[in-house]
Amino acid sequence: MTFAPNEHISDLPQAFDAGGSSFVAALQRQAPQALPPLLGGSPMPAELRDQLIEGTTVLAVVARDGVVMAGDRRATAGHHISRGDMRKVFPADDSSAIGISGAAGPAMELARIFATELEHYEKVEGEPLSLDGRSNKLAGMVRAHLPMAMQGLVVVPLFAGVDRRTGDRRIFEYDPVGGRYRATNSAATGSGSMAARATLKRLADPEADLDVAARTAIEALFDAAEEDSATGGPDLIRRIYPIVAVIDQDGYRELTDDEVAAHVEAVVETHRS
Amino acid sequence: MATPFYVAPEQMMKDRAEYARKGIARGRALIALEYTAGVVFVSENPSRSLHKTSEIYDRIGFAAVGRYNEFESMRVAGIRLADVKGYQYAREDVTAKALANAYSQALGSIFMGGEAKPYEVELLIAEVDDDADGRNGHELYHILYDGSIVDEHRFVVIGGDTEPLTAALESRWEPDLDRDAAINVCVAALGEVSGRSMDPGDLEVSGLDATRARRRFFRLRDQALTDAINADG
Repeated sequence: MTFAPNEHISDLPQAFDAGGSSFVAALQRQAPQALPPLLGGSPMPAELRDQLIEGTTVLAVVARDGVVMAGDRRATAGHHISRGDMRKVFPADDSSAIGISGAAGPAMELARIFATELEHYEKVEGEPLSLDGRSNKLAGMVRAHLPMAMQGLVVVPLFAGVDRRTGDRRIFEYDPVGGRYRATNSAATGSGSMAARATLKRLADPEADLDVAARTAIEALFDAAEEDSATGGPDLIRRIYPIVAVIDQDGYRELTDDEVAAHVEAVVETHRS
Repeated sequence: MATPFYVAPEQMMKDRAEYARKGIARGRALIALEYTAGVVFVSENPSRSLHKTSEIYDRIGFAAVGRYNEFESMRVAGIRLADVKGYQYAREDVTAKALANAYSQALGSIFMGGEAKPYEVELLIAEVDDDADGRNGHELYHILYDGSIVDEHRFVVIGGDTEPLTAALESRWEPDLDRDAAINVCVAALGEVSGRSMDPGDLEVSGLDATRARRRFFRLRDQALTDAINADG
């Protein structure tokens, strides 16, 4: 008597399974209850809406040797400031970063599942996804979130990285329905993005070095915090500074608090004089 | 209608075991050897892309010998299990022991008659200590074609021709080896048994290094491999 192998071992890989290298596909089969739920139906009630924690401004700048991504630390719920130390920039893998804005809960989950997806693909296939491939995958995940966006749980990520094979530095912006747009030199998303964009347009220089790009990113966040109530400036009293990630050929690295503080100090100085 | 022959269960198991053993013995052996800060996997494998070893999770590595299509599907299933568990719980909750148990169950039920033939594979699951000095010890689980599982220490040889290799390693192994010395012990043992010197281009060398951050798996090829072999004489 013989059995099909899957009667003994759940989820052995199948030949020609196009989703075979996808972590989300594996999760759907093995632990569907662990996937973020997608609820359709009526819009979210106002009292729930007011408790929803939202993250605000993240931005990215292209430099000569890589890209810089930065995010402020404020989270808001309605008119409250609910957190002053939120993280909105995450490593996606060792050559790219994901920044999040919008409903904080689903957005942070998106960042985590995306990072797992990239690592899973790399382990199964033995090669990391191309930068374009990664950005496309993220677009698909935002698209899959559409039913939640319709109810007001909007999640808009920002993706930036360096392609190890070609040396390309790229930034991708998204919209709530999963549209993917390649940015030229800089991009910003979230409630403070208008003000941040104005500064980025003025200062972003793709031929500048990474240090200058980090300074530009911090200056843009500073301006966003001045214009937008939901974006937090550097908190000099509690020493909470924006998170600034630098990605170059050597990989993903976050600036230390002291490094960011030095940039903040320099930016504040130019505003004083 | 043809009447099926009666085959005694003992005979059936013996036949299946012999079939699996023969299949495994046709391939080349693979060595896993512990060193202070991790584990190295060394085998003769001229292919640069069809690997016998793989990363499974942060501190867990996989090595296999036997039929490629069979251990490749086992490898992917292991990565899936590890990633799904790590996503649902926490990264430190993914352990080699649980994974080795899953492999043991799977190979056991396939061997016991789940499929037309047993899998011709032997697997090795290694987990390195989260302490970079290796004070708590590393783990090596050797899973055989019939699902039996052995907890190994110091070094283990899987695949064909294990006895001369084990003897060669026994005489060379010493405690507190560093990574490059460990690789050289394996390369020397492979050379002694095959009777020729090993060209780095024909070797697959990878392993787990507890001193690395997060993802401990590494693979040495080309210049890095030549350097590692030359570093120790």
